[in-house]
Amino acid sequence: MTSNTPPKKNNWSWRSQAFRGLIYQVIAIAAIAGVVWFLAHNTLTNMRVRGIQSGFDFLSQAAGFDIGESLYPFDSAQPYWQAFLVGVTNTLRVAVLGIILATVLGTLLGVGRFSRNALVRGLCLSYVEAFRNIPVLLQLLLWYVILTEVLPASSEAWVLGPLFLSKGGLNFPIPVWGTGQLWAAYGLLPGLLLGWAYRQWAVKQFEATGKAGSMVILPALIVLLASVAGWALGGAPTEFNRPFKGDFSIENGGALTPEFLAVLMGLTLYTASFIAEVVRGGIASVARGQGEAASALGLNKAQEMRLVMLPQALRVIIPPLTNQYLNLTKNSSLAVAIGYPDVVSIANTALNQTGRAVECISIVMLVYLSTSLGTALLMNWYNSRSAIKER
Amino acid sequence: MSNTMNTSVFKPIAPRPAPVNTEGPVAWVRANLLADWKTTLATLLIGGVLLWLVPQLLNWGVFKAVWIPNFDACRAEGAGACWGVIVEKYRIIIFGRYPFDEQWRPLVATALLIGLLVLSCMRMAWKAWLPLVWLVVFTVFFTLMHGNTLGLSQVDTDRWGGLPLTILLASVSLVLSFPIALLVALGRRSNLPAIRSFCTIYVELIRGVPLISVLFMASFMFPLFMPPGVKIDVLLRVLVGITLFAAAYSAEVIRGGLQAVPKGQIEAAATLGLSYWQTQRKIVLPQALAMVVPGIMNNFISTFKDTSLVTIVSLYELTGAMSLALNSDADWRPFTIEGYIFIALIYFVFCFSMSRYSHWVETQVNKSKLR
Repeated sequence: MTSNTPPKKNNWSWRSQAFRGLIYQVIAIAAIAGVVWFLAHNTLTNMRVRGIQSGFDFLSQAAGFDIGESLYPFDSAQPYWQAFLVGVTNTLRVAVLGIILATVLGTLLGVGRFSRNALVRGLCLSYVEAFRNIPVLLQLLLWYVILTEVLPASSEAWVLGPLFLSKGGLNFPIPVWGTGQLWAAYGLLPGLLLGWAYRQWAVKQFEATGKAGSMVILPALIVLLASVAGWALGGAPTEFNRPFKGDFSIENGGALTPEFLAVLMGLTLYTASFIAEVVRGGIASVARGQGEAASALGLNKAQEMRLVMLPQALRVIIPPLTNQYLNLTKNSSLAVAIGYPDVVSIANTALNQTGRAVECISIVMLVYLSTSLGTALLMNWYNSRSAIKER
Repeated sequence: MSNTMNTSVFKPIAPRPAPVNTEGPVAWVRANLLADWKTTLATLLIGGVLLWLVPQLLNWGVFKAVWIPNFDACRAEGAGACWGVIVEKYRIIIFGRYPFDEQWRPLVATALLIGLLVLSCMRMAWKAWLPLVWLVVFTVFFTLMHGNTLGLSQVDTDRWGGLPLTILLASVSLVLSFPIALLVALGRRSNLPAIRSFCTIYVELIRGVPLISVLFMASFMFPLFMPPGVKIDVLLRVLVGITLFAAAYSAEVIRGGLQAVPKGQIEAAATLGLSYWQTQRKIVLPQALAMVVPGIMNNFISTFKDTSLVTIVSLYELTGAMSLALNSDADWRPFTIEGYIFIALIYFVFCFSMSRYSHWVETQVNKSKLR
């Protein structure tokens, strides 16, 4: 038997696709390496000529500047790396809160587009069109101006129940930490366990008998009751650290600065308009027959939404929703424009003080890259959980 | 018999009206505002809030507003919005620091550029001569803005600002980023591992960082990258930054379009003996690019909004020019809100009309699928 295989191709000829591919890749690598070398060489030469020092050793030197707000005490004698840490926590604080608020608001607005009430539909539509067509930076600036110019001075702050709203920001009462709160936390733990166990039992009962018990409200009630019981055992403290009008400013209580409020409001309201569109698209993508089939089976409106529409819509919603979360986190960098001390703003100050542009900008990029990749991984994991289980 | 036949002519009875009125404004109100008690309650609540809010807003913005450029009138007790600030400062807000006497030049240049953008949106202009028109208009734009020829005085780029700068940044970065995005998108789907990983790293790196860090890089690090003695204009550096940034986002949109082309198309092309570039140019791209037009359009809208960030690296586009106009003048400074509302309206008009256009393109593109 003679072999019918075609004659072996000459691997070193221009006619071989593999060979051509190899050449192209070698050229690409050489070109990119050349560009990188060129830039690095220029940078090093320039730094030598201008006498710019390089390296990350400045991180352990004293920062020499104060930061307007931070989650933990910081003063100018502490080193740069702690200043950066304050910046990162400030960024994360505004991003996480913004993501939660924007999701809630965006979902409401997106679902509102399907309302039977024309006024609700119209309001949701006009909100979305108005807020997503104006640059987020402009919105941040506008909120900041409104918060710092329209609001009264802190001596004439608006009093909304226990809240004080003024040019100085929002002041609110915080509970005084005592044994009662600790006991409430102790009560929460067995409550969570008990609630979880009850839910497992209810689900099993439902699968066995078909009788649907309360699977959400009762477990939540158990958790709540357990922590209230713990709180009562601890002496039921009701003491609050309430803010009051001092001579110059509002004293005591918790406070949110106008910078933080402006960034939070701007990011939330802007991103909510995009999330609303994502949610609307997701719900619209579920086939019409699904809802009709659900009502034919006798499910009520809430069950239809929760058990039939949302699980299918979520698959369409999650990937673009992840993008919106990442966008919000990246947009929080605009806080630098109104002086909220986020990581970009701290890096900017550090850059101006030390002149180490390369290092400071790399730190900022690294922080955002790792947050972006972290969020993307988390959402991909959730996405794979909610994807269709195919054979 | 015959008599009766002659006299009885068929007279149709007029159709009875529908038992429940299903048409007309009354029925619409009944179905959309007063369907059941929940809807009615919502209507009453929202209607009440609107009735309380809208007159106040109208009072502030229209009836009690001050339209003359007189800040004493604006500060008067009970005065509403001070639109006089716009009347007084609109030239600085729209044209930034451009020399006052020469501002007809950015006006003409911007009008040309807007005209070009509108022309490019029309179906009759989707011809081979369009790129040539773009080239001509950009040449005229730069000649007019920069001057130093034809008897025009020279105006350096650091004095350019306002709306011309915003539109310039957005449209130039769109045009320049498209070819880069196309190549990167093709590269990400290439079989060659080195090229594929370079393209992936580029896209993920850029999409993982905020635009502002790219702009900081363009303004602080770029001068270090160049050989000693080479100075590059700050406008050009920022333009490069925005272009590279926009390219990464457009590349992802184009990649989505490429993935949507069925594999059989590429296999059929290979069967016919087409080379890689022939396959891409004649088979894949015509199908993919038609699908990605709305996505590219959305990217253009976000780039348009993102140009507002260059104000942070001291280029006075619309947002920056507005702060410049009011912050330097203590008399008008208290009316920053009116100024922001004015430029917000400008942005809104541009972005809203572009998103409407994007919708229209989408229906045009989908027409072939709705047979």
